[in-house]
Amino acid sequence: MSNNKKRRLKNKLIAIFLGIFSFSSVVILFILFSSILVTGIGALDFDFLMNFTSRKPEDAGILPGLVGSLMVVFGALLFALPIGISTAIYLQEFGKKNKLVSLIQTLIYNLAGVPSIVYGIFGATFFVATLRLIFIATGSSITTGRVLLSGILTMGILVLPIIIVTAQEALKTVPKSMKEASYALGATEVQTNFKVTFRFAFPNILTGVILAIARILGETAPLLMVGASGFITFLPTDFFKGFTILPALIYTWTFRPIPGFKEIAAAAIIVLVLLQLIISSVAIITRALLQKRYE
Amino acid sequence: MNKKQINKIIPKLFFFISSIVIFISFGLFFSLIFNTLGFFNNVTLAQFFFDSTWTPLFSQPQYGISSLLIGTILVSGLSILIALPIGLMTAIFLSEYAHPLLAKILKPVLEVLAGIPSIVYGFFALTTITPWLQSLYPDQIEFYNALSASIAMGFMIVPLISSLSQDALNAVPNQLRTGGYALGLTKWEVVKGILMPGAKSGIIAALILGISRAIGETMIVAIAAGIRPSTSWNPLEAVLTLTGYIANVAQSDVDQGSTAYFALYAVGLILFTFTLGLNILGRRFISRKAKATYV
Repeated sequence: MSNNKKRRLKNKLIAIFLGIFSFSSVVILFILFSSILVTGIGALDFDFLMNFTSRKPEDAGILPGLVGSLMVVFGALLFALPIGISTAIYLQEFGKKNKLVSLIQTLIYNLAGVPSIVYGIFGATFFVATLRLIFIATGSSITTGRVLLSGILTMGILVLPIIIVTAQEALKTVPKSMKEASYALGATEVQTNFKVTFRFAFPNILTGVILAIARILGETAPLLMVGASGFITFLPTDFFKGFTILPALIYTWTFRPIPGFKEIAAAAIIVLVLLQLIISSVAIITRALLQKRYE
Repeated sequence: MNKKQINKIIPKLFFFISSIVIFISFGLFFSLIFNTLGFFNNVTLAQFFFDSTWTPLFSQPQYGISSLLIGTILVSGLSILIALPIGLMTAIFLSEYAHPLLAKILKPVLEVLAGIPSIVYGFFALTTITPWLQSLYPDQIEFYNALSASIAMGFMIVPLISSLSQDALNAVPNQLRTGGYALGLTKWEVVKGILMPGAKSGIIAALILGISRAIGETMIVAIAAGIRPSTSWNPLEAVLTLTGYIANVAQSDVDQGSTAYFALYAVGLILFTFTLGLNILGRRFISRKAKATYV
């Protein structure tokens, strides 16, 4: 075999080799989904969505986890979106290039890499303890800070860096000509930032919201630290009640040695992944519709 | 309020909101520092560094951090051993070799893998990977073991490594690529001789950020790796990692004022320091790549 042929053969073989290794991810994903579907699909029915947890796996359901997860998602977004978007606008538009702005920027990058369980420690130390002190000071009947509000605030600060960074990226894509046109029409800096820059960037800011929702729905460890429990038997009707989330139920059920719990844990995973898909696709469709409006 | 006042107040208000990031960062850091100091009121540094195992909940407690470090290094090392080759090969395959149709399958699969909550990987490790390993190593492997968690974690990190490596490969100027082809090199020779050296910093960054992610990951180890601190490097045995201990304390009824509870902060501070250091280092390598390529 000539040298050239050898080289070309080697290239072909390596291409096949790389392809095979790349597709190991596809294989793993397939095994993962199919094993969870096979294990969990039998336990999935309407009662499962509407029941509370129980000692018997056949009676157990995920209602408090479902409601808790949704409340944490919306609560955390309600907290993090205004702060995150305002911070992004300040850093990208209002802020002058000074040391303080670059300090804030560095801190945001560093916060984005902090492991989520460290946010859990902070939540348990700061939010849970502070709320407890407030409850005691106000003579409230609640004796613990391990309540829904602690979970919401902890997840809120956890997704804040994600929201800020994606919002900044979105603001960067606004063409300079749009802003200049706005100034040329006599608009002030504030008007330009609110009515031109922010509006133009808004569809892309939603990307951060999509990422944040997926992250909040899947996070387990920090919420376990601030009080989410797999044994809650009531709905979180206000911010100062104990709560649970879908992943906490999955975690608790995974360790139950009684037959049947593994199956309902898998069923809860199916619901969790579907929920992620549904909420994300609503956001993705909204983004697409908004983007169309600007074209 | 007139226009002028608004133009003055709004930027100040936004600056005020941005500074929340500073408070969160310092809050995170100081809540770890102060409570760690509290921990060292009861435990000496000698105990912390030289005790042979980590058993704060025993009646004769030991606080040897080294046994948690063994667990963390073992699990993150093994998972990187899986994630780095697969992630890098996937990146090369996607950016240089893949037929557009194959890329269309592979890219969303990686996105889905990246978006799956870690608790789902933990469940998958315990209910699918562990039984499979048990059939491979009958009688040698414990039910809770480091290897199972590492495999699941490895595939969780593949998307991160492959997307960062792809960025690095794409950042190599196209002239270098086409120059190589003009010299009659095969694809593999271009990849090996031109792209990989050009993308070296970016690939190192991917490795570093992958390690950081592995060290901070909690739920997979909390579910599949067990809670017994290890003294050996055997991946077939149970291990306790830094994150595993924090999750374990969060779940048990440890008294909040106890030394075992304060130990959580010392562990958290180590975790925080390691991941922060790695993230800063990783970002350095990413920016070095940008500088090096555009000389």
